[in-house]
Amino acid sequence: MSTPAGHESPQPILSVRDLRVRIGQSSILQGVGFDVAPTGTTALLGRNGVGKTTTVRAVLGLLPEEGEVTGGTVRLDGEDVTGHRTHTVVRRGVGYVPEDRGVFGSLTVAENLTLAERAGGPHHYDLVHDLFPELKARRAQRAGTLSGGQQQMVALARALLNDNRLVIVDEPTKGLAPRVVTEVAEVLQRAAERVPVLLVEQNLAVVRRLARDAVVLDAGRTVHTGDAAELLADRERTTSLLGVGRHERSERSGQAEERPEEREQREHATKEST
Amino acid sequence: MSTLVLLTLTGLGLGALYFLIASGLALIFGLMDVLNFAHGAFLTVSAYAAWRTAETVGGTGGLALAALFGTATGALLAIVVELVLIRRLYGRPREQILVTVGLSLAVPALVQAVWGADSRPFPVPDALSGTVGVLGAQVPVSRFVLIAAALAVLAAVNLFLSRTRYGLIVRAGVEDRAMVTALGIDVTRAFTLVFAIGGALAGLAGVLGGLYFGSLSPHQGTSLLVFAFVVVVIGGMGSIPGVALSALAVGLVQQYANYYVDGYGDFAVVVLLAAVVLARPAPRLAGGVA
Ligand SMILES: Nc1ncnc2c1ncn2[C@@H]1O[C@H](COP(=O)(O)OP(=O)(O)OP(=O)(O)O)[C@@H](O)[C@H]1O
Ligand SMILES: [Mg+2]
Repeated sequence: MSTPAGHESPQPILSVRDLRVRIGQSSILQGVGFDVAPTGTTALLGRNGVGKTTTVRAVLGLLPEEGEVTGGTVRLDGEDVTGHRTHTVVRRGVGYVPEDRGVFGSLTVAENLTLAERAGGPHHYDLVHDLFPELKARRAQRAGTLSGGQQQMVALARALLNDNRLVIVDEPTKGLAPRVVTEVAEVLQRAAERVPVLLVEQNLAVVRRLARDAVVLDAGRTVHTGDAAELLADRERTTSLLGVGRHERSERSGQAEERPEEREQREHATKEST
Repeated sequence: MSTLVLLTLTGLGLGALYFLIASGLALIFGLMDVLNFAHGAFLTVSAYAAWRTAETVGGTGGLALAALFGTATGALLAIVVELVLIRRLYGRPREQILVTVGLSLAVPALVQAVWGADSRPFPVPDALSGTVGVLGAQVPVSRFVLIAAALAVLAAVNLFLSRTRYGLIVRAGVEDRAMVTALGIDVTRAFTLVFAIGGALAGLAGVLGGLYFGSLSPHQGTSLLVFAFVVVVIGGMGSIPGVALSALAVGLVQQYANYYVDGYGDFAVVVLLAAVVLARPAPRLAGGVA
């Protein structure tokens, strides 16, 4: 299943080849490779624990202390950035929304955004306030006291504030109520009109709505790359590669399960900030 | 009454000294997870640098110059130690502790080798050697100098943290260092800056300590550092207002206990520390900075 014609002609914005990562004694990635097209959304898929977050963190030079890239290359817009320090990779024009959102709970919403302002570039507050009118109203509120969904908005706003060449978003809908999931998906759709997005996502409805290309990992390797819609239409493949049965179950019971989780996150963040 | 006033102002002066040392320790630990045992060595070297300056120049002007020189010495020393030693050891707490403890032992020994083990009188200019009558008590002027300096530093550090971009980076870095770099910020520059600020404050503490005690010795920094660590533990790592309150409490408790319980000041501080630590809810294993 190759990439359909027309998607592969321009140079990819991100190109990962045979990426290998070890954390401590365990080999976590053993050959991850894929391209992110210079427009639209590329979904990075796979079951829990297959190495999606590790891939993203390796690209950004954000592996934990005991982790290291043991092989492979990462190219951003053609330039080799393998093993470069995080801030230098990011300054080349990468926005990043981490899995746990990475919002600074002790800072206000406005301070979270100010911190994200990168030197030398325009800062698109007009866009951010248009996408997230609520953040404008809550600019003086401590981010740790925001709801999980609002915190996700702060994290997305930080990534969209600068002129980026690529935005990487790791499971933005995790733990959010269905209504908020829809809001996040809408924001990502609008974002993808301006900047290519690499999206790690387990909610297949969101993937279906946003992604043009799909990359599937399993046990630290790329096992599939191709057109997202084609993959999702292939029931057998989605079941074997993504374990869809399990996912749909959690989607159905979503709302009841997720509310307490959101509350806990908020409490946790508040505690951290005192 | 006059005894209480004298004790209180003396305790506040001591608390001010602790605050100057502890605030740097707390910032360094909060941002970088580095327990800087070399902080006392910064203080000692700065105190001797200030002493040489004050001796050479003399008078109030000499003291002002000494304060400036001592503060600069502390900052410079801290920058060198951060760039040359600590920088290579981020994320390796055991090696860091070995290096900073090594410095805390080697530097006083070096100072002792150069200037001798005996304590030296610190030249206090006439303008600051007198006393002021407060509610019947004769309080040495130097106490007020210390309190004023600590208040000024508290205000300056707060302004730095709340109003400047580097202050914002430091506050965010205390919470989640990796995420700061993921916003494209070179956090190691903030590390050097915070080390420099901590060193400068330790240097200032060295000068003011000379004024407060009227003398200086090679191990002064090390013994003050012990109490500064107690202050940081009580006040909370990475929290400047907490450290200020805690420094106040430790200084006062130590003075009161020394007088009213006959020389039990240090013991009272340990009791205070134990009480605070025991009263505190057990920390979550998840970590993070308070
Ligand atoms: N710091 C670490 N130390 C040891 N093992 C780790 C560490 N981080 C991740 N791993 C392991 O690496 C593997 C991949 O983890 P990763 O977080 O990349 O998976 P993921 O695909 O993002 O999963 P999820 O969908 O649950 O977020 C897992 O088996 C995980 O246990
Ligand atoms: Mg993950």
